[in-house]
Amino acid sequence: MSAEQEQDGRQIRCLVAKVGLDGHDRGAHVIARAFRDAGFEVVYSGLHRSPEEVVQAAVQEDVDVLGISILSGAHNTLVPKIMDGLREYDAFEDTLVLVGGIIPDDDKDTLKSAGVAEIFGPGASMDEMIEYVRAHAPERR
Amino acid sequence: MTDPDEDASDPDTTGTGNSGAEAREGDAAGVGRSEDTAAEVDRLVEGVRAGKHRALARSITKIENRAPGYRDLVARLHAHTGEADVLGITGSPGAGKSTLVDKLASTYRDRGLTVGVIAIDPASPFTGGAVLGDRIRMASNVGDMDVFFRSMSARGTLGGLSTATTDAVTALDAFGKDKIIVETVGAGQNEIDIVGTADTVAVLVPPGSGDDVQMLKAGILEIADLLVVNKADLEGADRTVQELREMLKLNDGGTPAGGHHGVGTTVAADSPTSEHASGTGGETPENEARASDSDGQAGLGTGDDVAPRPGEWEPRIVETVAKTGDGVDDLIAAVEDHRTYLVESGELARQARRRYAEEVRTLLREDVHELLAEEIEARGGLDAAVDRIVARETDPYSVAADVVEPIETCVRDRREGG
Repeated sequence: MSAEQEQDGRQIRCLVAKVGLDGHDRGAHVIARAFRDAGFEVVYSGLHRSPEEVVQAAVQEDVDVLGISILSGAHNTLVPKIMDGLREYDAFEDTLVLVGGIIPDDDKDTLKSAGVAEIFGPGASMDEMIEYVRAHAPERR
Repeated sequence: MTDPDEDASDPDTTGTGNSGAEAREGDAAGVGRSEDTAAEVDRLVEGVRAGKHRALARSITKIENRAPGYRDLVARLHAHTGEADVLGITGSPGAGKSTLVDKLASTYRDRGLTVGVIAIDPASPFTGGAVLGDRIRMASNVGDMDVFFRSMSARGTLGGLSTATTDAVTALDAFGKDKIIVETVGAGQNEIDIVGTADTVAVLVPPGSGDDVQMLKAGILEIADLLVVNKADLEGADRTVQELREMLKLNDGGTPAGGHHGVGTTVAADSPTSEHASGTGGETPENEARASDSDGQAGLGTGDDVAPRPGEWEPRIVETVAKTGDGVDDLIAAVEDHRTYLVESGELARQARRRYAEEVRTLLREDVHELLAEEIEARGGLDAAVDRIVARETDPYSVAADVVEPIETCVRDRREGG
């Protein structure tokens, strides 16, 4: 789907969320901007969000894609909490959850088994990410 | 995906079910799909009425996307509306709208009321993408699901912002929210659109707006029920308040001032010629008549939404500091006063009637537009017609008449035969 087509009718909505004690949001800003330029609607959470805030935002904004940016190393605690919250509000099934940040290889499987669709580390290209979102954003009505 | 302008290249669109009429019935081409849509609408209406956040969120998405079934959805939600107070917040970018909305929401919550917020941010005219950043300011309502905050992009297509926003307000109202706040984009035509949706419109004016105030005079000021000087702790706030007062005075100038409601926060701007200097004068018919006179003088547009605002209500000036929450109580009191005025003067009821009429007109325009688009397509497309116009074989008027003629005939036959 080209950006043109997305402009009418259904449009991919993303939440870019910074969670926990992590003040580095440059990456999140860059991604928000790149998603915008790709024709997505991007809700940006701002810094230092708690898992429940992220869930609240994801549910209320009804996003197709939730991108969690974590650089603090607390992903093993925070991400599962978000997943549980999404389940609580029946939003788990049709939200594509992505994690961006520095995630050790050992933890990647844990996160994926918790329901994270893909993990993008440093060096992931923007185009790759956008293509991934376009290909995997849940088709729903 | 019911956009009439979209060509058939979209595989998601079932068959040719692109006309508004068919989309309303569900896609005619796919009976299964239409049943699905109907069932989904049932589920959503039920969910919204049962207070399910997910159902509300999904309903708003459907409304935003103009997805199949959204008309049915809004139609069915309509029966459950009419309880919520709708406040519109507008003003220039950086005026503090989002922060103020946050504080308003948390104050309402402290009073045990539920709140729905729709915050609109601009969309890129090139990609259609948008960064919706208003949510960042919602710091006071962390994890409180009874504040339902929804960001919307001013997509600017498909029935326009106002229709989708109004429908989203309908969803929040049907959900049972007590207070609904609509925060507009920072600038542009949409600021005026808010008049068509909100009961009370608050316009934020940051201090030191200087020459901007002159601009306001011609534009936003006219739609303001409340003028909020936010960031009132900044230098220049007093002057801005003063300038706004002057402006209100000017608006009154020349015509006898209408009866202010005397609840003078700041309405010291009575013209000296006021016949109602007692300030107790209220909703008399002559007042209203004069009000429309003065409206005319202020150069109000002739739009249905804007012009008939009776001047009995003089815009009030309220000072706030959104960051600290100072003045938010005053603002809420002013909103309540305006609400009381709307109810007691009967303006609320008149406003509602005007809006529904306008909404019907808008929907009719949309539907007829789709119908015509279909007809043009059936006749080989607009391009072919334009080719013939360019070649001087025909002219724009004839083309238009040709397209409309069969529809006209059909409608007339039905009406007379009916």
